[in-house]
Order: sequence, then structure tokens, then C-alpha cells
Amino acid sequence: MGLIAVGAGIAVLAGFGAGIGIGIATGKAVEAQARQPEMAGTIQKTLILGAVLAEATAIYGLIGAILIMLLLK
Amino acid sequence: MYNFGKLLWEVSITLGSMIMKLDLQHELTEQLEINEVFSFSIGNVKIGFDETTVVSWIIIAVFTVLAMILTRNLKVTGEISRRQLMLEMLYEKTENFFRETMGDKAEKQIPWLMSTAMFIGVSNIIGIFGFKPPTKSMQVTAVMAITSMVLVEYCAFKSKGFVGRMRAFTKPIWIVTPINILELFTKPLSLSMRLFGNIIAAFTIMELIKAIPIFKVGVPVALGLYFDIFDGILQAYIFVFLTALYIKEALEDEEEEPEKKMRKKLKNKKEKKLSA
Repeated sequence: MGLIAVGAGIAVLAGFGAGIGIGIATGKAVEAQARQPEMAGTIQKTLILGAVLAEATAIYGLIGAILIMLLLK
Repeated sequence: MYNFGKLLWEVSITLGSMIMKLDLQHELTEQLEINEVFSFSIGNVKIGFDETTVVSWIIIAVFTVLAMILTRNLKVTGEISRRQLMLEMLYEKTENFFRETMGDKAEKQIPWLMSTAMFIGVSNIIGIFGFKPPTKSMQVTAVMAITSMVLVEYCAFKSKGFVGRMRAFTKPIWIVTPINILELFTKPLSLSMRLFGNIIAAFTIMELIKAIPIFKVGVPVALGLYFDIFDGILQAYIFVFLTALYIKEALEDEEEEPEKKMRKKLKNKKEKKLSA
């Protein structure tokens, strides 16, 4: 059981990348909005799309962890 | 002074033992399990109905009744009621949003996208009322994702025709054809997994917090605002937004190759010069 828990924990580490990626994307979006406030709508939409795609990796990590916990008992 | 210290010690020990005694794992698995509500059998085949199915039936019933009540006595001319004004405003706002993302060609798909957004949104935030959210089970999210992919492919076949759709597999260059075919399966997979993963993560965190006695009052409300309402509505928005993007991609005309475009432009310019 102990090793399984460690494995699930390692799988959740996928969240690191997603967090860093979404942070960078949001920072750049803020910069872009400050430079061109009239484009705010388009920038926000693109930001959400990019953030969602980056977040997917974290979600896959989470699902991997859940599957490890449930299936390797 | 001595008594006060002793009292503090005893209080902390009782609190600590309250937390330690909790069978967290048992409570969590009980909440995460999807129980069968009722079942009946026809001959040898047993048909069971899960909690999530029943909850989604409740949501559908509420929506049906609401739609029937809210759309009564709608008028085209004359004085319109406040209810109709609100309905029209809401509809126009959401329609404008979808029109901006998809363009005018996808007009017919807008009502479907709206009802999907409403269903997923309410399923996500129904945890506030004590139900288990239906989107917490993978079957519901998988069905939603497969339905939206069927719609996307229907749009693609209708606008491009069979040959055009097949040609779209080789779109940027012919080498990427296997990746394009793989995309048929990865798109619904990522759609359903994203929704499922987000909702089950939020649900698990909320249950963990509720299982601790000191946090039973007040704290779940504050965190529920974020995990249940904000995250739920955001996920519904994202699901519909991505479906809209896929539909837009499916409805796009076949692009002419850049070289041909340039040649056409040059030809047009020459003709204009000649005519002038």
C-alpha cells in the first residue's frame, strides 16, 4: 500500500507543469491587455483556451493517480 | 494557573482524538461510491439505475417544468412582460457569444450548445443542494463528450461532403493523417476527462473538509463558493466553448492553397490594370 500511495503522489506531480504554464500564459495575457486594452475580449478567449489545454495535463495526472489508487489495491 | 494549563491540555487531547478517531478513508469511499438507487429485472436481465442517473433525471425534469412555465404567453407585438424581457436578454447575450466564436454559419447548433451548457452547469453546482453531482461519474461526461463529437462530425460531413471530410484528414500535409485520425478519439477523451477530473477533484476536497469536525460550520460555505459554483460554471463554459471551436473548425470551407491564392490575386490585379 505504501508504494502505491507514493506512486499516486508522483502521478499528481503533473500539476507542477500546468501551474507554471498557466501562470506564464496569464502573465503574458495581462501584459498584452495593458498594451492593447481594446483587444481584451479576444485575448481573454485565447487565454482561456490555452489555459484549458495546459490544465488538461494536470487533470491527466490526477486521473492517473485515482486509477493507481483504485486499480492497484 | 496550573488548572488552566491542565484544562487546555485536556481540550486539545479530546479535539485531537476526535480528528484521529475519524475513519476518513471509510467516509471518503462512501461518498465517492456511486450507489444503485433502484433496479428491476426483465427476465434474466437486471437493469439498475445509479444515483447519478436519477439526479440527472431530476435536473431534466426541473428544466422541462421551468421551460414550460417561463415560455407561456410570449408575445411578438404589444406590451411584453418582464419575464419575457429577461428571457430575451439572456438568450441574445448567449447567442451573441456563440456567434462570435463560431461565425454565422453555425446558427443551427446554438440551441443545442446552450442546453448542454445549462445541463452541465447545473449538474456541476448541484452539490450545494446535497445531491451528488452527475458529472462526477465518468459515464455522464463520456456520453456528453461523445454526443458533442457526433454533432461536430455531422456538421463536418454536411458542410464539406464525404470527399471533403476525407480530404480534411490530410489537411496541412499528408504526413499528419494518422494524427488527424487519432484526433477523432483524443478530442472526446480529453473533453470528458477534463470535466470528470475537475468535478471529482472538487468533490473530494469538499468531502475531506466536511469530514473534519472543526470545519463543519462555515468553512465549507466559503470553499464551496469556489469549488462548487465558480469551478462548476467555468467547466461548463469550457466544455461548450471547446465544442463551439470544434464545430467552427468543422464548418470551415476548404482553404485554397496559398500558391493558388497568390496566383489568383495577381491575375485579378492584372485584369484590373488591363480594364483600367
